[in-house]
Amino acid sequence: MTPQPKRITDIGPPHYEKFLPPIIKRNYGQWKYHESLAPGVLCHVSESGEKLYTVRAGSPRLLSIQTIRLFADLADKYCGGYLRFTSRNNVEFLLDDPTRIEPLKKDLREAGFPVGGTNNAISNVVHTQGWVHCHSSATDASGLVKSVMDALFDQFTEEKLPAKLRIAVACCLNMCGAVHCSDIAILGIHRRPPKILHNILPKVCQAPTLIASCPTGAIRPATVDGKQSVEVVEEQCMFCGNCYTVCPAMPLNDPENDGISIWVGGKVSNARTAPKFTKLAIPFLPNNPPRWPEVVDAVVNIVNVYAQNAKKFERVGEWIERIGWPRFFQLTGIEFTRYHIDDFKNAGQTYARSTHIRF
Amino acid sequence: MADDTKSKTKLLDELEKGPWPSFVTEIKKATATNPMCEDLLGQLELSYEEKKGHWKHGGIVGVLGYGGGVIGRYSDVAEQFPKVAHFHTLRINQPSGWFYTSDALRTLCDIWERHGSGLTNMHGSTGDIVFLGTKTDELEPTFKELTEAGFDLGGSGSCMRTPSACAGQARCEWACYDTLKLCNDVTQAYQDELHRPPFPYKFKIKCSGCPNDCVASIARADLSVIGTWKDEIQQDDGAVAEYAAGGLDIKKDVCDRCPTRCMDWDGKKLTINNGECVRCMHCINVMPKALRPGKERGATILIGSKAPIVAGALLSSVLVPFIPAAELFDTIKELLSRVWEFWDEYGKNRERVGELIQRVGMANFLDGIGLEPAPEMIAAPRDNPYIFFRTKEEK
Repeated sequence: MTPQPKRITDIGPPHYEKFLPPIIKRNYGQWKYHESLAPGVLCHVSESGEKLYTVRAGSPRLLSIQTIRLFADLADKYCGGYLRFTSRNNVEFLLDDPTRIEPLKKDLREAGFPVGGTNNAISNVVHTQGWVHCHSSATDASGLVKSVMDALFDQFTEEKLPAKLRIAVACCLNMCGAVHCSDIAILGIHRRPPKILHNILPKVCQAPTLIASCPTGAIRPATVDGKQSVEVVEEQCMFCGNCYTVCPAMPLNDPENDGISIWVGGKVSNARTAPKFTKLAIPFLPNNPPRWPEVVDAVVNIVNVYAQNAKKFERVGEWIERIGWPRFFQLTGIEFTRYHIDDFKNAGQTYARSTHIRF
Repeated sequence: MADDTKSKTKLLDELEKGPWPSFVTEIKKATATNPMCEDLLGQLELSYEEKKGHWKHGGIVGVLGYGGGVIGRYSDVAEQFPKVAHFHTLRINQPSGWFYTSDALRTLCDIWERHGSGLTNMHGSTGDIVFLGTKTDELEPTFKELTEAGFDLGGSGSCMRTPSACAGQARCEWACYDTLKLCNDVTQAYQDELHRPPFPYKFKIKCSGCPNDCVASIARADLSVIGTWKDEIQQDDGAVAEYAAGGLDIKKDVCDRCPTRCMDWDGKKLTINNGECVRCMHCINVMPKALRPGKERGATILIGSKAPIVAGALLSSVLVPFIPAAELFDTIKELLSRVWEFWDEYGKNRERVGELIQRVGMANFLDGIGLEPAPEMIAAPRDNPYIFFRTKEEK
């Protein structure tokens, strides 16, 4: 047998220094301040006086190699081939020549990639895989993002909100994205217990692991048609899907009952107020592809009411804390229901425990 | 433009309309180089018709010697869409801060054109480059070409997950430590943990240069490293006056928004009581030309954040209030070895470290990893009297 060439493993990512443009290498750690030149255009000024210009454009995150090659060509044409992506799936071109900003913006716009997403704008939407690639999704993430951002397009290309506004989409409670700390979160939900596939369950999963996976203890051992299986105490099921993650014989998908919930008021930044979780605004909206009109209307309504009522620099959660939740529901016209009242662990912490009530 | 009378994807075609860039257009573009994408469109159209996903649960696939980095995916309608019968994902570790050259991107595109669908995510939620969709046979050849080009896989399952960092000192005056270097150093130091799952569940590390936290580390990382400073905010009075002259209402928009009201503006001079400052960043965000983080820089280490599954969402909480920038890497390595030892000993299957701390209590966790309690770790002392006093003296 001929010896195999040694496989290369455990090398980690390429070193970032290989990808930094010369202007960044010269001024690394020496940046003094930055200015916003226009929506989507930043200028960072170094102690040395050198200026770095960033042009930011939105992308659908799901990119073909054809589009990545287009970005590469634009980077070659305008900035020596140097570019980066942001934590919110935007692409950024790093220029040292300000005369190239406008031609680059024009090329980006013509190719269909909007420039914006900086400062008091709605930046790109952090989101998950959905029906494109996930087994546990209750909805499609990419289609929701596209539908919502089409409706809020001007909020990406302009900076006219009271503060920055961050939207995230997750297609199930696993929340592969910072949905739980976003200004507005769109979350796919299941609403029916798993349909147990008793015939395959003993073959594909271990009952003790499955039983232990349930956070509410709703899964119990059971004998079905003479075979070892499990049963679900349906009143105890909160449709989290953890059992399905550990056992494929517990699918929750249910086209009639799966849907969307809307959450508001979370933030990650420490600016002014502490980071906070999103809180439930709308417990259920129908899953209505391809354009999800009910979800789009609900999100646009919340953005508009926030934009009209919040003070300068108030994030959505800070605005709601100032005006109080009863007024949030009143201003947005969203119905308050029993589902808004927490009944999971430590639920009492979200009950009103004072007489501070606005009448 | 799609012809409505002939198109097989009438619902998805709707998502090519409107101004925001369309993922459907991206999938259609990729059909030029790989016919897999035609069946992906077909299956996705079916999902849109039925309001139901058509991917089967998981499946253990990977590359030789690694226990992570590949997510197995199989179609449950493979007879109808045979080209996506297998449609596995590779997670590829991004360079720190997501900086690239056009050549590096083209190399990645060429590899993916040869071996997969040609569809990617730039990037996945954790930060990896995601190669979306290939057959089992192509995994090893893709990996070989990736490593030859200097790239490696990211984490999945109960591995350490791919660490991520904000742009940091490469492009930000607020970065209180070198996030790119720390992210890269940590990633290289734990290659074994990244590729061969050693833990009860996933473990994420995210490096943000300042309390604005652009990589959401406080919400999404088991270990959050957030830059901060100890000394006084650097202040340029001339630039403050320029902001005032330019129409900024410094009292209303800066001083009154300060969470500790530690700032005063008398119309001419801005005075900051730095002893009361909690380093929230608001005033610096509003006047980046006039105010900057101090010079004695480092980071706060927080632990335990996660999304809801299983025992509820958590934000990270303070573990070490301040570590000087120069000591970060060594201190984090030492901390991680103790945290991982405790988690390995006491953590249950699929229990994140934050959930373990909730279950056993922070005080027991601190005992376990040998850290002294500090008042910076809490928002308030306990408000219940059920104290587990020790009945035996400790040695």
